[in-house]
Amino acid sequence: MNIDDFVKNFSELFEETDNTNFTPITRFRDIEEWSSLLALSAIAMVDDKYRIKITGDNLRDAQTIEDVFRIVQKKQADLIEGLRK
Amino acid sequence: MRTDMTNPFSLTGKTIFITGASSGIGKAIAIECSKMGASLFITGRNRERLDDTLSRLEGSGHSGIVADITQEDGIKKISEEVRLLDGIVNSAGIYKLVPVSFINEEAVREVVGTNFMAPLALTSRLLKDKKVNKNASIVFISSIAGSLVSSPGGSLYSASKGALNGLIKGMALDLAPKGIRVNGVAPGTIQTTIFDESAVSHDQLSEDIKKYPLKRYGKPEEVAYSVIYLLSDASAWVTGSSLVIDGGFTLL
Repeated sequence: MNIDDFVKNFSELFEETDNTNFTPITRFRDIEEWSSLLALSAIAMVDDKYRIKITGDNLRDAQTIEDVFRIVQKKQADLIEGLRK
Repeated sequence: MRTDMTNPFSLTGKTIFITGASSGIGKAIAIECSKMGASLFITGRNRERLDDTLSRLEGSGHSGIVADITQEDGIKKISEEVRLLDGIVNSAGIYKLVPVSFINEEAVREVVGTNFMAPLALTSRLLKDKKVNKNASIVFISSIAGSLVSSPGGSLYSASKGALNGLIKGMALDLAPKGIRVNGVAPGTIQTTIFDESAVSHDQLSEDIKKYPLKRYGKPEEVAYSVIYLLSDASAWVTGSSLVIDGGFTLL
């Protein structure tokens, strides 16, 4: 999992916004199109592509796309750690 | 409240089977039914949590069956272990929001499988194996979602619960000749741990609560009280119906 793919996957959730300039530090929650339904789509996308379950609270606590990426990374690491035990 | 035989709301002498009893609404139903004098068979997937519910039940002679009702062998195990039942409460369920464009076979299997297919397969099996007494009462925990309302991302969940509503009506007709009644309880949002790891943030929940005329979510035991009514002889002439328990949400 790398940050560029993650930004691309995340930016593709947006349909009304010009998403060609999205970067890791894009503050997604400040974008006008961001909504509770887009939050659900982001959760579904992460579940679909990364097999990780993030929560509505996770997204609320994140400022940038990179923040979300870090949460997914951490959950992946925790999952692997859990499997080792 | 009296729980003797002169009380039409009493469950004394009745054997009731409850699914999803290791947490949330199912757990509250188990506890409240035991207080009303019922002998219980309860089921859930997790031994530890099911034992916790068992330890909170009043009276004696209750049994726990660890089983996964989404699996054929789980259903078989249950049907082999239960005695003749006077009541069945299908409470096990899953809450999941998935935007339409993300719905895939896996999500359908998870949500519709747990909320609709499993209670249908289980109830059907218990009837086939003659584990359901004459004049028994079967209760499904549905939702206001599906029959009355829905929410963004809620199409799959609503479909699974709406399907239950159709099942209740047809099943009520099929079983009426045996005096078996089939009803549903359709709750609005109930305060349980189901939301702790969900797609809905706590900020959104506190906003959502404001949409309820009674200004709060329901408590699990408030669903249990309506289940008790539908299980008891007080509702002897009620079948194929759904009781809305929603703090007034669907009025607006």
